[in-house]
Amino acid sequence: MKKIINDPNQVVQDMAEGMVAAYPDKLKQLPGTTVIARKDAPVAKKVGIVSGGGSGHEPAHAGYVGKGMLDAAAAGEVFTSPTPDQVFEAIKAVNGGAGVFLVIKNYMGDVLNFEMAAELAEAEGIQVEKVIVNDDVAIDDQSSRRGIAGTVFVHKIAGAKAEQGGSLEEIKAVADKVVENVRSMGMALTPCTVPAAGTPSFQLAENEMEIGIGIHGESGIERKEITTADEIAKELTDKVLHDFEFTGDAAVMVNGLGSTPEMELSIVNKQVQSILAEKGINVYQTFVGEYMTSLEMAGCSVTLLKLDDELKALLNASSHAPAFHG
Amino acid sequence: MELNVQDIAAWIEKSNEKMQANKEYLTTLDQEIGDGDHGINMVRGFQEAASKITKQDYTKPADVLKDTAIMLMSKVGGASGPLFGTAFLKLSMTVKGNDTIDFGTFANGLEESVNGIKQRGKATEGEKTLVDVWSKMADYFRREKDFDQDKIAEEAKNAMEQTIDMMATKGRAAYFKERSIGHVDPGSASSFYIFQALAEVIGRRD
Repeated sequence: MKKIINDPNQVVQDMAEGMVAAYPDKLKQLPGTTVIARKDAPVAKKVGIVSGGGSGHEPAHAGYVGKGMLDAAAAGEVFTSPTPDQVFEAIKAVNGGAGVFLVIKNYMGDVLNFEMAAELAEAEGIQVEKVIVNDDVAIDDQSSRRGIAGTVFVHKIAGAKAEQGGSLEEIKAVADKVVENVRSMGMALTPCTVPAAGTPSFQLAENEMEIGIGIHGESGIERKEITTADEIAKELTDKVLHDFEFTGDAAVMVNGLGSTPEMELSIVNKQVQSILAEKGINVYQTFVGEYMTSLEMAGCSVTLLKLDDELKALLNASSHAPAFHG
Repeated sequence: MELNVQDIAAWIEKSNEKMQANKEYLTTLDQEIGDGDHGINMVRGFQEAASKITKQDYTKPADVLKDTAIMLMSKVGGASGPLFGTAFLKLSMTVKGNDTIDFGTFANGLEESVNGIKQRGKATEGEKTLVDVWSKMADYFRREKDFDQDKIAEEAKNAMEQTIDMMATKGRAAYFKERSIGHVDPGSASSFYIFQALAEVIGRRD
């Protein structure tokens, strides 16, 4: 293992301190936790938006904390959900009296820990609602689909709705709408190494790639010989289009998993755009870059979000989050 | 035989020793059909639990179990934190107020633990999860009359090994579908260490 770290057991704490140090006017770390919150939290009368999950997906989730997006993000250990006490601290810190909305990726650990935190918060009289994001079409069974890069659109749109004064119910409704209309599919060329484990979580041969891989290296659909960017883009995009009927306007995200250069992401995007044009889908906005990574994994994912007027306006609303400029 | 507060504290400390000693093995198991963090997480959680327990004086077994539950819930992370935490919390609630725990009460506690894990994790037997060990152990305790070191360890080992042939339908291993067959479930392996630790504490008393 070759990494720029101090102590494998301190990576999350060190990272949190470093992130806040980069944006001292925007972010704060809650004492005794690895929760990063908006500097001005809690914002009175605004619904607080809390997300989070395992670390190793940077800039998710703390990079999306800021006015117009998340109020707080709880960072767990690498690839491990944050614990209920941490999420509970996040909820308390952002509760401005209008309730708190949780954006949870569909992993058993995340769901269990966030649900326990929600129970603790409700016991203290804080109103909590949630959405569980499951955009990964690599899994057939919809209820066990993982939450991956599409989660960033949920952060953006739910956050914008809250900033505009939306109620907990209205935020829940618009977040559900995003989840219904967003689909993603990813692939990897290389594995990644969790610092505390020290060895790669799986192996791929020099000429192999894995289609449908999860952002923690969970098994995908198939392993096969690596092919061209055009063919990879086509396979990912076709799978997304096959799963949901995209018509009219859409937002596109070509997301890098950690060590894929922007050059390659742009090459993938070129083909994605041409497939969408061919299908008559109007691309309203495109995002190319690293939004939901998997440590130093090489690979990418393609996300499509079907847009209506409400979603377009919220996607366009301003965001002060360090990793999402809207 | 009845278990007193020292026995329960020794159980948690011994469980911690076993997690530490088998950290690499648990990590390897989880790299095969999960995301590779199970060993690291269980070691961290049990280390915190054991260190809290050794620093404090307890009079009731339930308090040791409750502190264990809270430490596991807040330090393990992932799905395992809430699930193992729930197991110890239910056990604690069942024995609340008792100075010692007799066999029948322990059996009832395990039954509550299994129900708690199943409810929290929305899982049942045969899904290649820790339920498969805890449920088998609850069945075993319901059948038997007294604590028996060898039988407890053997029963737990068998339960763990039975997960090899199962296909995972819950947890991250479920993404591997048929490829999850042929591997020991990591959560069942760490559950086995917990019951093996219990057996050794009982052996010390015999």
